[in-house]
Amino acid sequence: MNPSQGDSSIIAQRPEGLPPRTPIEPQSEGELLEIAMGPHHPSTHGVFRMDVTLDGERVVRLKPVFGYLHRNHEKIAESVSYLASMPYTDRLDYLCPLTNNWAYALAVEKLIGQEVPERAEYLRVILGELTRFQNHASSIGFLIQEMGASGTPLMYAFRAREKILDLFEELTGARMMVNYMRFGGCRVDASSAWLDRTRKVVANLPMFVDEFERLLCSNEILMARTQGVGVLRPELAINAGVTGPMLRASGVNYDVRKVDGYGIYNRFNFRVPLGDHWDVYDRFMVRLLEMKESLKILEVALKEIPGGPVMDSKAKIRGLRPKPGEAYGRIESPKGELGFYLISDGGPNPYRYRVRPPSLINLTILEDMCLGHDVADVVLIFGSVDIILGEVDR
Amino acid sequence: MLGEGILKGLAETARNFFGSYFSAERLTTVEYPEQRIAPFEAARVFPFLVYDGTDWQAGLRCVSCQICEKECPPKCIYIEKSKDKKPDALGKPQFYPARFDIDISVCMSCQICVEVCPFEAIKMNTEFELSTNDRFGGLLLDREQLAKSNQYYHEIHATEAAEVDARLAAEKARVAAKATSIAAARAGEGA
Amino acid sequence: MKTVEEIKSAIEAAVPGAQVELVLNPSPSGQHSLRIQPGQAVAVAKFLRDDAEFKLDYLSNVTGVDWPSYLEAVYHLYSVEKKHGPVILRMRTVNRTDQVELPSLTPIWRSAEFQEREIFDLFGIVFTGHPDLRRLLMWDGFKDHPMRRDYVDPDDFEYEPTAHDDVLRRAQEHEAAATGQQPHQETGAGA
Repeated sequence: MNPSQGDSSIIAQRPEGLPPRTPIEPQSEGELLEIAMGPHHPSTHGVFRMDVTLDGERVVRLKPVFGYLHRNHEKIAESVSYLASMPYTDRLDYLCPLTNNWAYALAVEKLIGQEVPERAEYLRVILGELTRFQNHASSIGFLIQEMGASGTPLMYAFRAREKILDLFEELTGARMMVNYMRFGGCRVDASSAWLDRTRKVVANLPMFVDEFERLLCSNEILMARTQGVGVLRPELAINAGVTGPMLRASGVNYDVRKVDGYGIYNRFNFRVPLGDHWDVYDRFMVRLLEMKESLKILEVALKEIPGGPVMDSKAKIRGLRPKPGEAYGRIESPKGELGFYLISDGGPNPYRYRVRPPSLINLTILEDMCLGHDVADVVLIFGSVDIILGEVDR
Repeated sequence: MLGEGILKGLAETARNFFGSYFSAERLTTVEYPEQRIAPFEAARVFPFLVYDGTDWQAGLRCVSCQICEKECPPKCIYIEKSKDKKPDALGKPQFYPARFDIDISVCMSCQICVEVCPFEAIKMNTEFELSTNDRFGGLLLDREQLAKSNQYYHEIHATEAAEVDARLAAEKARVAAKATSIAAARAGEGA
Repeated sequence: MKTVEEIKSAIEAAVPGAQVELVLNPSPSGQHSLRIQPGQAVAVAKFLRDDAEFKLDYLSNVTGVDWPSYLEAVYHLYSVEKKHGPVILRMRTVNRTDQVELPSLTPIWRSAEFQEREIFDLFGIVFTGHPDLRRLLMWDGFKDHPMRRDYVDPDDFEYEPTAHDDVLRRAQEHEAAATGQQPHQETGAGA
């Protein structure tokens, strides 16, 4: 793997075999066609627009346009307290609210130097991995749906997801907008009945993954449409700040769970799947394999979870006034590296609250991946990036 | 053979389809509103105010401390404190809310108001079929619409209500014990 | 991974004329940052990315901050190859009004492309050398910079039944102004 070298040579390089990038000069008879894919589009994962310039069927230029879901979450956080920002973080990456909560709680805990009890760490890992599982299942389901499979794999993924959401509702009170993590632990303890039910659900999930695999992995249509499409070279991926399954499908071994070892992740033995061919099929397979690794972590965590409190007794939830300073806390969310950068000036509200959105930064090289491909592949490549607009726009 | 992967996939789909006639786990559709799933005990939709006894005005636990109003993230609670006081469950005269409005078109069911209330006065309801024709007034619940009895609280959140009752009873016992010990000390001094 | 002081001296040794200032971080996180001058920023960035010991090839986060007398851009750098980090760089503009240019680090790290566009959009820092500097989240014709602390949001209130504090005051002013002109359009519905 070649580390990034040179400066604009990285940006100027394009995959081989393509005509050189000249601005809007038709290669064949006729003019170029400019279409706007979105914002009202069934395959754009939300309100997202791509201004695509086509030469026949081939993509010559692609500019993503977003901001349709911009709610200025960062400015709202400056006018409410630290605790009140927690329910707003649920709404960032709304498929994975628990990992958003965890990232924010981690950043605040770094800012104030707060310890987290062991049982809370185990609960966080269990809920985080359940979230990762249902996110990857849904992401694969959406990708296959965009390929034209009319929702069958998506509905199978949602059937598994429903069981997980029921677990979340039983524990936290809400299926999606959970508002569960706190600075210093978790809000509410998990009863042993809940843990038993979780063990039962997790025991059934490998069967689901196997079913998914049998349904999809050797499907010829899937292979023909995704292999060799949307190749992303590893050095470009690192330079463009891509993280998460997309980076690992480009062969780069960088998983924040292994690098930072936040929480208690260094107690668990899990592998990091990497891709060989750096295309859409690899991203799909990396997500599927990560689902299996999540199940491994879940089984171990559910067995080893200790007793004890789930909230640090000295933790202050209401009226938190951190001393002036700043902190950057990051976790491996299912979409990539989700980080929160907080600057405190000693008051009850943060002075600056910044979300590092993995979906937005993964979109930086969308154009590079799509150039030269057909417009039908644009939908697949975009689906393999796995973005969620709540995070892109905040 | 070309097409083998697709055939394997079709076998999976067939197994799911025919399996749904035999196994309830594969047939996951619930025909709402004729069939309903019982809500989980911890489920939360919108807040409500708890009152003890039968008279909602006399038994309302809220003392209008306005902590929930301050902590609410989207600021959907609007409280106006009363001018006079009324005795609460422990007999102590407390303020009460002359006006307590929650705008449920703004409320995001985050439960922070429940978490920060020091008097166990506001809890989460599970009723969600609240659609009205009036977008503004109909979704602004006032004090009377929000007040529900402690018995209702026991019906929707049995274990949680039992814990709250235990805590309040312990608090009452502690206050009573302190009062009797102070009275005994004073009587001891007097004699 | 070296300490912040060692990184500072390494940069000063490698890039002639670089003025690097250590900005201490009093919180328990211990993440101290280095303030670099805009003139040598590109050279410093290239050194940090290519030097064999640092190899900070991954720019994780670019943040804009609005301080009372200047604007600031904060860069968080990590290394994928060496798995260390973060190294935090800061760059400050001269003032908030007319001298708001900073050099863009997009030619060094491609991941700054969208993030610097967002800072231009929301704070107003103009990044010279950026390949495509236009607004990211707001639409192209938008005039102000929303994340600045002195940003006044436009006066288009919807019905706010539980308005508080600042919003309540502005809604009342808005109503007074509106009723002054059009007395029949009322009871708070619509803006």
